[in-house]
This record gives sequence, C-alpha cells and structure tokens, in this order.
Amino acid sequence: MKTLAFSWRYLWSRPLGAALNVLLLGLGLGSITFLLLVGHQISQAFSRDLAGIDAVVGAKGSPMHLILSGVLHVDVPPGNVPLQAVQALRQHPLVAQVIPISLGDTVQGFRIVGTEHDYLQLYQAQLAQGAMWDKPLQVVLGATAAAKLGATPGSQFDGSHGLGGGAGGAGGGGHVHGGSHYTVVGILAPSGSVLDRLVLTGLVSVWQVHGHADADEDMHNDKDDGDHGEHHHDSDKAHDANKRNPATAREVTMALVRYKTPLAAVSFPRFVNTSTPMQAAAPAVEVTRLLHMLGLGTDVLRAFAAVLLVTAGLSVFIALWSAVRERQGDLALLRMLGAPPRKIAALLLCEAAWLGLLAAALGLLLGQGFAAALGWFLQLDHSLLIGGMVWPPELAVVPALALGVSLGAALLPAWGAYRVSVLELLHTR
Amino acid sequence: MISSSNLSFRYPQGPMLVFPDVEVQQGAVLLLSGPSGCGKSTWLALVAGLVAPTAGTLTVAGQPLNALKSVAIDAWRSGAIGLLPQRLHLSAALTVYQNLALAQWAAGQPEDAARIQAALQALGVHNLAARKPSQLSGGQAQRVALARAVLLQPQVLLADEPTASLDDAAAADAVGLLLSTAKAQNATLVIATHDARVAALLGEVGICKIRLQPPSDGAMPL
Repeated sequence: MKTLAFSWRYLWSRPLGAALNVLLLGLGLGSITFLLLVGHQISQAFSRDLAGIDAVVGAKGSPMHLILSGVLHVDVPPGNVPLQAVQALRQHPLVAQVIPISLGDTVQGFRIVGTEHDYLQLYQAQLAQGAMWDKPLQVVLGATAAAKLGATPGSQFDGSHGLGGGAGGAGGGGHVHGGSHYTVVGILAPSGSVLDRLVLTGLVSVWQVHGHADADEDMHNDKDDGDHGEHHHDSDKAHDANKRNPATAREVTMALVRYKTPLAAVSFPRFVNTSTPMQAAAPAVEVTRLLHMLGLGTDVLRAFAAVLLVTAGLSVFIALWSAVRERQGDLALLRMLGAPPRKIAALLLCEAAWLGLLAAALGLLLGQGFAAALGWFLQLDHSLLIGGMVWPPELAVVPALALGVSLGAALLPAWGAYRVSVLELLHTR
Repeated sequence: MISSSNLSFRYPQGPMLVFPDVEVQQGAVLLLSGPSGCGKSTWLALVAGLVAPTAGTLTVAGQPLNALKSVAIDAWRSGAIGLLPQRLHLSAALTVYQNLALAQWAAGQPEDAARIQAALQALGVHNLAARKPSQLSGGQAQRVALARAVLLQPQVLLADEPTASLDDAAAADAVGLLLSTAKAQNATLVIATHDARVAALLGEVGICKIRLQPPSDGAMPL
C-alpha cells in the first residue's frame, strides 16, 4: 500500500507532465472506448431489430434500402408493391408468416407505420397504457415517441406527408394531412427495439389518410412546393400510388417474412426475384454488408486510436525514463536505506500503473461522452439508438490496454531503476 | 565498531587502493581525511557493504561483510548503517515527514509516526514536518537528512563531506550536530572530508584520524 501511496506522490511531483500523459493516453483510450461502444450498440440494435425476420419483400431497387427502411427505419423505401402480391406470399409453402408494412407519413419526425398486430408480437412488445388499435386512425405509440410527443391515450394529432430526410427528418415530412386526426389508444412499454420510436397503426389507417388526401391535395400544393425538398421521390411514389389506386388495387411498402424452415433461405428469394415484380432481401446478408462497409470507417478510426496509444506509450516512456535519470540519487539513497532493487523497480511500475489507471478512467469517460454526443445527435434524427453510459463487457479491454501500454512503456525505465548504483550516492558531488 | 585488515579495492581498469588497518570502537568517532580522489568515498562504500573488497577483511557493527551475500547485505545495511550524503537527496515530491516515512518503507519497516516525530524533534525540525524540501534552508535540510539517517537507529553513521560549501559557523554547527546525534545514539561516527576545518572542530581527544593518500600512479578513483 505504501508503494502505491509513494508512487502516487512521485507521479504528481511533475503535475503538468503527468496530466499531459494522462490526457494523451486517455484520448487514445477514449477513441477505442467510443468504437467499442458504438460497435456494440449497433450490433445489439441490429440483432434486436432483425430478430425473427428472415426476408423483407418490397419493390425492386436497392436491397439495403429495403432493409434499412423496413426493418431499422433509417432510410426511405425503394417504392410500393401490390397488396395482392404480398398476400399471395402467404400461400407459399415455405413461408410461416407475412407482415405487411405501409410507410409514407410521419408525426414530428416519428414514422407512422401501417401494419398488423403481428408486427408488435414479433418484438414481444407489451402495452404500458391503453389498448391496441382496432379501428382506422387509432394509433399505438412506441415509448420514445410517446415521451417525445408528450402523448397519452386520447391525444390526437395529424400526420405529415413523407418520410423526411431519410430517417424522418427533424421536422417530420411535408404538408399536414388535414382532416385525418389520429387518436392515440395505447402506448408501448420500452423494449429497446425499433418499436420505441415508431407510431403504429392499422394498414387501413394509411390507406384512409391517403385516400382522404386526394380531396385536399390541391389545397396543399403551394405549401408542398415550399418544403418538397424534404420528400424523397421514392416515398412520394409510395404515397402517391396509394392515393391513386382504389381499394381493389391497394399497395403496401413491403412485407416482413418469416420462414417455416431455414432451407427457404435458398429458394424463396430466388422465387420472389424471378417470379414476382418484387425483390426479396435477406436482412442477415445486407446487415453483414453494411457492417463491412462501416468496418472500413472504423478501421481508420481504430488505426488513429492505435497511433494515439503508441504516441502516448512513447510519451510515458520518455517521462519515466527522465524521472529515473532525475531521481537516480534519490533511488540510490533508497537502496542505501535497504530497499532491494525489485522494490525500487516496483515503485516506478506503480507510477506507470497509476498513469494507466487514470488514463483508463479518463478514456472511458471520454468514450462514453463521445457516444452520448453521437446518441444525442442521432436521437434528434430519430435514428439508431446509440448512447453513453452503456457498459458492455468488451470495455474491460480499455483498462487492460491502458495498463499494458503504461507498464510496457515503464519496463525499460524500471530496469534502469532496478540497476541503479548506490555508489552514485557517494560519488555525486 | 569497525575493524579492517589489509583492505584493498581495485576499480575495473583503475588503480589499486590500499587502505590502512582500522580499529574503531562502538560509539567512537573516525575522521577520514585526504585530498579528493584518495579513496574516501570508496572506503565509505566498503564499510556500507556497497562494494566488496578486492582483498582483506572488514567487520562492521560486529558483522564480517565478506561472509554476507548481496541480498543479506541490503537487509543488514538498513539496520546497521546510516548515511548523510553530501547531496542530501531529500525527495522533492514528499514532505519532510514523508521523506522519513519513505526511509522506513525502504527498510521494509511499517510507518512509525512516533519514531519519525521523535527523530525530527531530536534534530529540532519537528515543526517542519509538513514542509516540502524546497521550503527548507540548507541547514534545515541537512538536519532533516540527518534525522532520516539516524531514524533506523544505525550502529554506524557515515557522513560524506558534511561541511562542504558551508561557512565556518554552519560547518561548526553541522559537526556539533553530528557529534551530539551519534553520541545520543551511541553510534560510531565516520566523517569523510577533505575540509581541514573539520579536524580542528573535532579536536584531538577521543578521535581516530586517518589520512588517505592518492594512489602512487596518480590515477584517481571514481
């Protein structure tokens, strides 16, 4: 214990140098913490939101758009597909479940999703208040959406046209669908899934709002021109198609499909892609592709963090090496007083360990801060749920890395301290 | 006590230093004088067990040093030898009190606040316990270093050039302090110096004096 206490005092005998070393090492560790946190949370979010969905069927286009828009709700869909074609998939012998989804509108940036009750069961969602929708224009809010909108059962609102800037947009979509008031009938308990930030309603509600919109579309034309830049053409197409078609030719945006057997992964997508006007995308494949693309970016950040760590290690080495040279006489005196060489070396290693521990604490705080800042930024965009104050087990690598770098940098100085000659004491004038 | 016979030491590629035989009783005072380079520091290093003699026998505080291994010498030294080096080497990072506690830590002893306070009190610097070395005068720092040297109650107290760069009054004060401290602890006091004033300050009675000469080939030891 005294070794730790004395090494702590020695460390802070050069406060500026110690603080700079802690800061330098902390920055490198903070970057690594940030990467670990974001990687962990994205991976968690993906595995949570993709649970149980084997394929997403929608309009032809980018399969990744389909997954991002239909499952993670962070992008616009490629277009609409006929409801009849989706319903036909239910007859396929390899399909266990088909859940249609209809997108097109938002409320204050939160997406209004027309779907069936099965969609909520997919995520084992629980109602915290109220009940499920059973009539058109009744909605159930995800926990985050309800909190941000300040809505309770009985609240009413109008949806805005369009999905906004790819993920809802801060201000939601375009013009307000006047005359079609949604009524909140239930609020979901927080599930940590994508449902938390959605506004859920029946498919009929979406069709009814857009059918109703026909009548007042002209009234909105002027305003629409003003903010049409926020609309994506694809989501507009989806919206407009619903508007044009009568009930017999209704469309949905996509369908989430669960297989009866894993073997369906081989034949079902081929069947959809070749025999229907739709495409099937496998979430697992697209997410792997997405993570690979993200991985290129994180590799650069990781390399940057590694450079910071190596620089910090060198800085710690130089600081401790200078400390040994400066304190040669002091260390020799300790030898004179009876301290064995290993005790002198341990004093220096403890000093390095303190540096490492302080830097680890700072790095964890910085990393959590960076992640919280990113989370705050993304929350504004109603996007992926990333935030600070998450402590996955992977973070244990941070203090281990800190101690590894600081103790590694201290080995040579500690060896110098170990070999300090007591004769220096008598020959130093 | 210190007893040596036919003691000599040779540095690698250096001259052979041959020391006169010595017999100093416990509690006595030995003045080791001579010009720079005559081997005073080497003799102190031999007595402290920091280097092994090339030839001869040496017994310090009743312990024949030739018989001890290096690890055992570390432990022996902490209890037997106190050193007041010319450069005091008080750690600037620590307070006066902590510098003495560090000495106990180095010797593998638990921190003994009462003993530290007593040592500081004996040297008249107990009121400086919370100060850093940079806040001490030269004389105060030397007293603190002396308190550290005698903290572990050594049987032999070695003082290396204790009056260097001191004026006459301060030199007299330093020598008087060493004598009284050694006497209070019944420690054998060895003062190694090239300062002629020290001999005059010590006087003649009860003092053993050895004057070393530089090696005949003129080469200086470290």
